[in-house]
Amino acid sequence: MKKFSLADLNAVVAENGASNAGGWIRVGCDTGGVAAGAEKVYRVLKEEVEKAGLSVRVIRVGSLGFSFADPLVEIQVEGMPRILYGQMTEEVARRVVPEHVLGKRLLDGHVVATRERGQKLNGKVTHVLVKDTGSPTGKTEELAFSSLIEKLQSGGVDGQIQVVKALDMGIYGRGVVLQVLPSAVTYTHVLTQDLPLIKQRTLMEGQVVEDLLCKDKDKQVRIVLRNCGSVDPESLEDCLCHRGYQALKKVLFESTPEKVIEELKASGLRGRGGAGFPTWLKWKLTRESEADPDKTGINQRYVICNADEGDPGAFMDRSVLESDPHAVLEGMIIAGYAMGASKGYFYIRAEYPLAIARVQKAIDQAREAGLLGDNILGGNFSFEAKVRLGAGAFVCGEETALIASIEGKRGSPSPRPPYPSVRGLWGRPTAINNVETLANVPAILDRGGAWYAQYGTEKSRGTKVFAVTGKVRHAQLVEVPMGVSLREIVFDICGGVFDDRDIKAVQTGGPSGGVIPENHLDTPVSYESLQQLGSIMGSGGMLIMDQNDCMVDVAKFYLKFCMDESCGKCAPCRVGGYQMLQLLDKISRGRGGEEDIIQIMRICQGMQKASLCALGQTAPNPVLSTLRYFEPEYRAYIEGGTSYARKMAKMLAGGGAVQEG
Amino acid sequence: MTTETDVCENVYQYVEKWKDEEGNLIMILHAIQNQYGYVPREVAMKLSELLGVKLARIYEVITFYHYFRLHPPGKHNVSVCLGTACYLKGAATLLTEVKNRLGVQEGETTADRKYHLDVVRCIGCCGMSPAMVVDGETHGKVKTSDLDGILNVKAQKESL
Repeated sequence: MKKFSLADLNAVVAENGASNAGGWIRVGCDTGGVAAGAEKVYRVLKEEVEKAGLSVRVIRVGSLGFSFADPLVEIQVEGMPRILYGQMTEEVARRVVPEHVLGKRLLDGHVVATRERGQKLNGKVTHVLVKDTGSPTGKTEELAFSSLIEKLQSGGVDGQIQVVKALDMGIYGRGVVLQVLPSAVTYTHVLTQDLPLIKQRTLMEGQVVEDLLCKDKDKQVRIVLRNCGSVDPESLEDCLCHRGYQALKKVLFESTPEKVIEELKASGLRGRGGAGFPTWLKWKLTRESEADPDKTGINQRYVICNADEGDPGAFMDRSVLESDPHAVLEGMIIAGYAMGASKGYFYIRAEYPLAIARVQKAIDQAREAGLLGDNILGGNFSFEAKVRLGAGAFVCGEETALIASIEGKRGSPSPRPPYPSVRGLWGRPTAINNVETLANVPAILDRGGAWYAQYGTEKSRGTKVFAVTGKVRHAQLVEVPMGVSLREIVFDICGGVFDDRDIKAVQTGGPSGGVIPENHLDTPVSYESLQQLGSIMGSGGMLIMDQNDCMVDVAKFYLKFCMDESCGKCAPCRVGGYQMLQLLDKISRGRGGEEDIIQIMRICQGMQKASLCALGQTAPNPVLSTLRYFEPEYRAYIEGGTSYARKMAKMLAGGGAVQEG
Repeated sequence: MTTETDVCENVYQYVEKWKDEEGNLIMILHAIQNQYGYVPREVAMKLSELLGVKLARIYEVITFYHYFRLHPPGKHNVSVCLGTACYLKGAATLLTEVKNRLGVQEGETTADRKYHLDVVRCIGCCGMSPAMVVDGETHGKVKTSDLDGILNVKAQKESL
């Protein structure tokens, strides 16, 4: 590919838009999808399409977000509504071409329905999706499922309108749910007596039945994840057709670094790695710091993309890097322009080989096309990006430790000030931004800071991506505007706790965060509100816990993690953390006493006040949080002694969801 | 068995590729570990000589980061994920079962050098917890009954 000039960029976009006409099949090939078998599904689909001589494009995309239904396949072909299938096996994939593409019939039991709820019918109904989503009281309603399908199909509509069971509707606890396609008009709490009306009004007359109509809007707003699952992450052309590098073009030729920083300020974007520092301010401070010339004589500043994502249970950054690496790269180049940096590094943890490969490929493609390197798009700005790997150290997610790691040293943090924006990598001003923060940047510059600021709350603008996992019914990636409540995320979007169990707590912020009990779940998500509850936003990992999870065990788990990962440099963390772990262990073996709780609180205070970096300062959070909301569980161990401890240990060993077989 | 010269040859290659790149030490160590499965002492010494970095500094880095190994690994690498999502879904029990079957603790290799067991903290497959990786292949929603299949398939493939 030759290097682009401005005109070339526009031409490619125009050309490629046209060639998408024949229809497409997208297979979700991120690490989760591949682990579930997506590569095999991709090969089968490609084979079948070729065999049938069709002009349908079969492409690999990144994460479609619905991890619980991996492998995922999305299909758009003529004569059929756009459909997302989940839990696709090789056998089911073989049926796609003959049944869906050629036969125009949906595959029963695999559709993951759209979350857009149409409010009126636009055109004839072609397909009906049905699912029994259970009732809020836990009892299923009086409706025999098979007879429902029979009733819908009998009397004139059989054969013209196909009725299939859906895999998932994105609606939970509202009885039998029906969705008609292509308009996606959705009915909830459907009873047997409603069927004749639905058949007559909706299927035959094309009218909505108001009483049953679901008016809920999709709660998710996908800004960071805007292209994840639609774009081929290994194709620059495809990215360009999804507004890739449009923001960069605008920034380089119609703006100035100061204006870019102003736009970021208007957006209210705060660091998404967890600390929530205003991004515009970090860039401004880095820009204003004096830069030393490097060996080539350039006054050098650096941008670093922190892709260390060490929080166990978090996979937002991995998903974005595997699904839309060009967006993050574009964000980094824009950041470099705004702060006067001409070099950037992606620091990616070694445990993410697919993300590493895709980012490197994106860099190579961008460089070849003149979107990276000297005189980008023929303009005056030059920027170079490289990949540097982590090596299994959680502490290297901390800014100064990350810098030390790139410099080839052990990842020990350093005291701040001086902050990296003043003296960072190789002593030069450096801005370190999280993957999610950078992925937001092109969208903000493309559509304006004010557009972004319309979402979220006053102090926490925009959206946040959460990876909801643990004892949740449907583990997935969720992106919501700040201000949506925890309850909405866990229950409305992710289906609540699996097996309809009772929720105990939601854990946010990973090993630096805390637990939020059931009675606080209506709290809107924002940096401030989570802090007030004794937790933090963190990078976005959200673990759901049920009544079988022991809070003392959870606190011990996180503390042990922090101690394994502690760099050992400062005594409060090295000694304090270790001693606290010993005390927790003593308590969980039924040998603890009241004085141990007092001692634990003292150590927590010491670590919070005196540790060198955030690892040590926040390691006490899970302990403090579980003590705040679940102190009775600690008491139970103290009063119950060793016999209680033995009982609990047995329950924990057997109570996890690993099935014996 | 690679000879002294073979060892040096490879190291020269990596250093040649990376010598003008800033921040190259960890990248070179990754290349070495990818090739040998660990960082042999002779290689570390050669690297120290070629890069002009004190051997103590190189060992500082190798011993600090969990990823790098000082001893040869087993033929098959088994990594059980102990991230929070996997832990909540019973990964600790799974790990105990794997330990029992292989007869080793985490970080150890079986006596016949066939299997090496490690614990990882989150590979990002939280949607399919509990997860484990065997020879680079990820297995999700692992039940104890799956373990025989997962562990033995590898051994059988070899004897063919």
